[in-house]
Amino acid sequence: MNSSFRVTALLLCMGPLVSVLAEPVPDLTATLKAAFTDKRQATLDRLDQDETQKLCTQLRDQVPTSELSQKITRMNLATVKPPADGKYLGDWKAGEVVASTGTGLQSSDDPAKPNGGNCYACHELAPTEMAYGTLGPSLKHYGKLRGQDPAVLAYAWSMVYNSNSYAPCSNMPRFGHRGILTEQQMKDVMAYLFDAASPVNQ
Amino acid sequence: MSVQDRYISLVAACTLLGASLSLPAEQTSEEAIAEYHAMFGDENPAELWQLRGEELWKTPRGSRQVSLEACDLGKGPGVIAGAYAELPRWFEDTGKVQDLESRLVTCMTNLQGLPESEVLAVKFGDGEQKSELEAITAYVAAASRGSRITIPLDHAAEKAAYALGESVFFYRAGPHDFACATCHSESGKRIRLQTLPQLTTSEGAQAAYTRWPAYRVSQGELRTMEWRLQDCLRQQRLPQLTYGSDVAIGLTMYLARNANGGEMAAPSIKR
Repeated sequence: MNSSFRVTALLLCMGPLVSVLAEPVPDLTATLKAAFTDKRQATLDRLDQDETQKLCTQLRDQVPTSELSQKITRMNLATVKPPADGKYLGDWKAGEVVASTGTGLQSSDDPAKPNGGNCYACHELAPTEMAYGTLGPSLKHYGKLRGQDPAVLAYAWSMVYNSNSYAPCSNMPRFGHRGILTEQQMKDVMAYLFDAASPVNQ
Repeated sequence: MSVQDRYISLVAACTLLGASLSLPAEQTSEEAIAEYHAMFGDENPAELWQLRGEELWKTPRGSRQVSLEACDLGKGPGVIAGAYAELPRWFEDTGKVQDLESRLVTCMTNLQGLPESEVLAVKFGDGEQKSELEAITAYVAAASRGSRITIPLDHAAEKAAYALGESVFFYRAGPHDFACATCHSESGKRIRLQTLPQLTTSEGAQAAYTRWPAYRVSQGELRTMEWRLQDCLRQQRLPQLTYGSDVAIGLTMYLARNANGGEMAAPSIKR
């Protein structure tokens, strides 16, 4: 499906709302900063946008053109650092905890505790866990279906480290690039996806 | 048993149920509420907040010792029937677009002469500390039950509020890159088992907006739209949204206008 068709289809699916055409808000970041206050670790600088956030905000919920897609993916792929020891897979049991934990970086969270990846908020993973969200694709049997070819591992690592390296303006956080998860936590999540003994592959 | 006593025991039962609902039960949010209705019928503890709100509305208070019965919520002094369904709107006396909560703050400070610091001391109740604003909001919103949401967006300042809210809705920020749109611009999606309304469409915005304020079973508290917004933004990993700020009112205007024509059914019950 080409992208212009997708945009048209998306617009047709938007429903009967008549958009009230807006005066552009001149400096939205400054307006936002005036309407928020620091709360513990959630400080006002979180309202500043990087280049990817700016571009994806301008697109709203439309699919980027192929040129813009390439710009965003190139920029984000360049941030991906492979594991220092070259090993992609950690401990699937620790990965399950990361995948199931939804806290981390909210003003209400304890900054001394490790951040969660909250994978289950959006993805189906282990077939035994029924409380999964549907914003992202199902990852059930992830490793069983794909094997552990080095290219497959490198691609999955990039998606966890920085989703925008392959999926421009993804809804998925850029866990490594934005410092949400540590290298070890991402390796553990990789093991949860790929390890033959992981519940994801049963 | 008095109305209060009946609801106090209901709140106690709800708190227990709330504790079980907050576990990752294998149940969608709709199923959890259906379970609640099976246990308690149409009883809604929000009525406790409405009763307290009514008393606060009618009691002379503040340095001027007057009640809120002369408060103008947009349909004339003291008119509450259908008023919530037409908010936010532009008010000539303040020269601002206001939602219900910020308008109540205006009436409590200007009309009654209560100090603003006192009015805003407990914006969101938490067990022992009760919020007057939540109670009065529940009382006023209940008087719009069955009214159609009517947001004509005639005034330039109302259009600007909508435009600001729409821009904020799509603004990606924070360590997780989340915007409101991340979770609320597709239909039929879930976070875990919680169904997400698609707030960019009339249908989705109506389903969500017509049911706030709501009694939250999991919290044992009545919550308003101001609470809902600042708690979404907390989950987006953003700082604290200021109560009654132009961004809070802009987002409310965006949702209310998108929900135009919907039939108010608040206070409702939510998980």
